[in-house]
Amino acid sequence: MLHRFAKLVAASTIILILAGSLVTSHDAGLSVPDWPTSYGWNMFTFPPSMWVANILYEHGHRLIASTVGFLTIILAVWLWLAEPRRWLRWFGVAALGAVIAQGILGGITVLFFLPDAVSTAHAGLAEIFFCMTVAIALFTSPGWLADDRAAVDDSGLRRLATATTVLVYTQILIGATMRHTGAGLAIPDFPLMFGGVVPDHWSSAIAIHFAHRTGAVVVTCAILMAFTYVRSHHRSRRELTRPATLLAALVALQVTLGALTVLSLRNPWINSFHVVGGALVLTTSLVLTLRSWRLRFSADTVRLKADATAESVRSVRLHADHPTSGARA
Amino acid sequence: MLLRNAWVGLAGITLALNLVACGGGQETSNKSADPSSPSAAPAGQKVDTATAGDVKGVVNLDGAVPKNEAIKMNADPVCLREAKGTQLSETYEVGDDGKTLGNVFVYVKDGLGNYVFDTPTEIAKIDQKECRYHPHVFGMRVNQPLEIVNSDPTLHNIHAMPKSNSEFNNGQPIQGMKMTHTFDKKEVMVPFKCDVHGWMNAYVGVLDHPYFAVTDKSGKFEIKSLPPGTYTLEAWHEKLGTQTASVTLGPKESKDVTFSFKPAGATATN
Repeated sequence: MLHRFAKLVAASTIILILAGSLVTSHDAGLSVPDWPTSYGWNMFTFPPSMWVANILYEHGHRLIASTVGFLTIILAVWLWLAEPRRWLRWFGVAALGAVIAQGILGGITVLFFLPDAVSTAHAGLAEIFFCMTVAIALFTSPGWLADDRAAVDDSGLRRLATATTVLVYTQILIGATMRHTGAGLAIPDFPLMFGGVVPDHWSSAIAIHFAHRTGAVVVTCAILMAFTYVRSHHRSRRELTRPATLLAALVALQVTLGALTVLSLRNPWINSFHVVGGALVLTTSLVLTLRSWRLRFSADTVRLKADATAESVRSVRLHADHPTSGARA
Repeated sequence: MLLRNAWVGLAGITLALNLVACGGGQETSNKSADPSSPSAAPAGQKVDTATAGDVKGVVNLDGAVPKNEAIKMNADPVCLREAKGTQLSETYEVGDDGKTLGNVFVYVKDGLGNYVFDTPTEIAKIDQKECRYHPHVFGMRVNQPLEIVNSDPTLHNIHAMPKSNSEFNNGQPIQGMKMTHTFDKKEVMVPFKCDVHGWMNAYVGVLDHPYFAVTDKSGKFEIKSLPPGTYTLEAWHEKLGTQTASVTLGPKESKDVTFSFKPAGATATN
């Protein structure tokens, strides 16, 4: 039940990311000039008849964000009360802190007329929060809680998957910077750049845009390497082949959406789905990464046993990373 | 522990990239030069209207008439109802003969020296009506009150994006709402936009003297009561950029100045 609820929070978060990207894509970030009120109304009593034009995107984003925030409160409390793994209970609290910080960043960026740094941080923290909700859903899943002795122990996979996730996140930050500094069409053609393989002139906007395109190549290579590695070394492990295959498919879709964003002169919906695609690539890579580290989560538990007192050793042995009894380790 | 380290690492990368990405790129403001002509008036001197002259002129469009973009107001049913007929952007206000250009802000950029001018008490106005700004281009004085009105039965936000003055963004959700604002620095031009209705924009030139005008559809402008001297006039268009012209005015003299904008450039003659 907790796992299902965690999945609901993660699903709500991807909708929130879509709503947020629609705000930026429609240049609607300042269409509601005040915060936390909306045109002087309490956010929740702002009349629907006034949700017109760009206000629909900005106010809708605020309402969805409030809903996700409320769901995260429930998730954190639920984890605190029912989750036996202490670190996961605190992880739920951290997720709540992240969504609160995210809301405040969103308010600050409105009140200060969308400073590039704050808006980019808002986009970057959104991805981190989404990663946290997906991680909680994964940590509470039956697959994660199953006997860890069967988990894969492959340091090569761990390095490759972790590097891929870091690269994807870095690429997302570059993309967010590009969006919030208005550099989305700084290089107006695709796949060439001003008719050549590299731009024939430079500015800060062109450099950011170029970095995002270069990053796309790097990330695609990393994902293809991870996919090939999993298919060749762990073909029988569905918990690895599924995210690796999905990752390869998503990056292909993502590159296509990126190209279409430029070719369509930043069509707001294509642009927004490109943002959502980036978030899905990131979290899929994260799932692969966390599963590659699954055994190390257990190894931490083993080290805990060695350092623990005799009484706590019994407790850890009983409950470890398997909260089936409902007791706390 | 490993998980915590991973998150700390990701957060660190976020912060570092944000700092790197957002550390530069500030543009310089578009200020006019300080008046410093050889015939500069003594400090604090007021204009003698008995010797003042006029500058008249026209702004021509030299080339094919650019097309204004079509506007779809479907996103707000009120705008759709209030603004009847085909709606186009206001970028190019072209005369019937296709050869003159309206909505060009013409002003004395340089040459006034040390003349001083009283701040006008009359209120400048901008209205949001039929989901447009009226006027689209206008001028006002430093510290002159600007009344901003919403005459539409829908909500607007008025968002000024100056570079020298303070930015502001205020909501006017109710028809008939008014607010007043003053700009305390000269600035050509301050853009306004409505973030609710993306097609709504306007521009105001804020000056510390009264010598400015906005061309009508026939491209004509007139700047009155200008004291004798040599001046740099600038004509500003929101899309076609700026053009300057020099004019020397004797006592009670009237001079004609013609600006000529091309979609790919412009020239001025006098």
